[in-house]
Amino acid sequence: MDVVAPPPAVVSPPRVRRQWVDLLGAVIRTRRGALGLLLAGSVVLVAAIGPFVAPYSPDQSVTFPFAGPSGQYLLGSDMLGRDVLSRVLAGGWELLLMALAATVFGVIIGAAAGVSAAYLRGRVDGLIMRTVDVFLAFPQLVFALLLVSIVGPKIWLIVVAVGFTHAPAVARVLRSAALEISERDYVKSIELQGVRPAKVMSSEILPNLVSPLMVESGLRFTYSIVMMAGLAFLGFGLPPPAPSWGYMIQENRIGLSLNVWAVAVPVILIALLTIGINTFTDAVSRVAIGVESRPDESLIDDTAMDA
Amino acid sequence: MAADGVAVPAQVLWRDEHPIAVLIGVRAALGVLTLFVVSIIVFLATEVLPGNAAYSVLGHSATPQSLRALEIQLHLNRGLFDQYWLWLSGVLTGRLGSSLSNGQAVWGQVAPRLVNSAVLVVGAGVIGTVIGVLLGAIAALRKDGWFDHVTSVISLAVTSLPEFVVAIVLIILFATVVLHLLPAVAPIAPGTYAWSQPRLLVLPVATLVIVIIPYILRMMRAAMIEALESDYVEMARLKGVPEWQIVLAHAFPNSIAPTIQVIGLSFLYLAGGIVIVEDVFNFPGIGQGLVNAVSDRDIPVIQFIVVVLAAFYVFMNIVTDVIALLVSPRRRIAR
Repeated sequence: MDVVAPPPAVVSPPRVRRQWVDLLGAVIRTRRGALGLLLAGSVVLVAAIGPFVAPYSPDQSVTFPFAGPSGQYLLGSDMLGRDVLSRVLAGGWELLLMALAATVFGVIIGAAAGVSAAYLRGRVDGLIMRTVDVFLAFPQLVFALLLVSIVGPKIWLIVVAVGFTHAPAVARVLRSAALEISERDYVKSIELQGVRPAKVMSSEILPNLVSPLMVESGLRFTYSIVMMAGLAFLGFGLPPPAPSWGYMIQENRIGLSLNVWAVAVPVILIALLTIGINTFTDAVSRVAIGVESRPDESLIDDTAMDA
Repeated sequence: MAADGVAVPAQVLWRDEHPIAVLIGVRAALGVLTLFVVSIIVFLATEVLPGNAAYSVLGHSATPQSLRALEIQLHLNRGLFDQYWLWLSGVLTGRLGSSLSNGQAVWGQVAPRLVNSAVLVVGAGVIGTVIGVLLGAIAALRKDGWFDHVTSVISLAVTSLPEFVVAIVLIILFATVVLHLLPAVAPIAPGTYAWSQPRLLVLPVATLVIVIIPYILRMMRAAMIEALESDYVEMARLKGVPEWQIVLAHAFPNSIAPTIQVIGLSFLYLAGGIVIVEDVFNFPGIGQGLVNAVSDRDIPVIQFIVVVLAAFYVFMNIVTDVIALLVSPRRRIAR
């Protein structure tokens, strides 16, 4: 069965850490990877240091509504005469943190479900995968909206809702990646030593899933940002006076012909961020499946990307 | 499979002869089961988790009398199972009750929206499919040429973008700041249908088309490249069949089959994508209906629209599988 060179029998923690580092290092050296990191990194930088360098308070009117750009207000003003530049600088970090939290939440649940299904097989597998099928019968955003309609737009709920909608797809991908690994001889031999299933999964199977995990995380991070910004755009995000890129686009749409920057700048930042992360993720999957040179032969396993 | 057919009589033979019928049957049964579970989830999520839906609708303005009246209207005074049964039979027979926000019948309110959304989804799906398949085929024929590279970079960029970003960029370019060719919103009057004002449809459809093209293009390109490098194409070339005939008669049909699944997925994607796109353009479809209902906590409307979207999802999944099977002879064997 195993024609491919079997990986080392014991994967110790330091080696796992090196896998992540090696893979990331190889990705950054590719053109796509570097470009993706540059794009996403610069937006993250804007979001992270923005609140500290904003020239005005993001919540206070400083001039008349939809004023065009001027020396004093570089990007003009918004629907309530607030400084667009200050709101842009202050309005990104919450989106990033919420998207990051949702991604971590969704990938952990999805990976746990997918790996358990692949390793435990039988009824557990059937139960998990049928549950996955059911939740895949909802459009992601619709399911998130359903959850939001229950408790109202609370921050924690939006994070949980978005994260939860990622889990089924992550579970599918990681199940198919983990299936082959749980059949490998060294896993079988460790099983025979009477190691607990949970231990086998966490210390033998999971470390072999570094590349699908990274690709999934990148993909889900992009989707998290898309959904978070989308929910904010629909008005289900931080409550209004708080600046957020998604809602800025919504509230300033009516003034497009007066001050286009109040809409265009958040649009451009969201676009650069998602394009950057997606390009980086694309580079990760290319390196992992060997389209581009890769450092470590033990990082096999195709990362079946689901549409 | 075939070997079994010899040994075991009648029933297995029928199965072997009608693998597609069997497959459709199995998929449909699974689909119904999925929808049943979905309906339970939707019901539980909207009626049970909040404690008391009547209170969450009325909020702080609730008086004991109004609470009581709403509880009876929503059947909250009955047992859980009864509530679910009343709701489900209502959904199945079209007696959906009335909206909590304006008192109109849910069906009368949602039906025209359904039609409008269907126009949007079908229009965008068909146009996006044609363009995506053509661009993908061209990219495959000119593999590694400039066209291939440009489309691949643009595809990667577009697949990363939220729909509302694409929509806003189109509005900036064609409806407000740069050009003033098209209306920026599509406020179709209640009671009239979307196709009566085609100009209003252009931007919403264009947004959805742009969003789905990359997926179809990529799949078509990959499938076409595989077909062009296959043995039968090689054989045809050796026999001296002209290249245009090879492309049209051999490569193209064989690359459509794998692409169909992605086209099906694009329709699924559209069912979710309309939510935001309809909101951007103020287009009166079920997506906008859902967003409004969620803002108003209009539970009967939320339940119905979510179930409709889930049913569409399940149905499209089955249709996609079956069509992919029908167009690809090699896969016509029952699994």
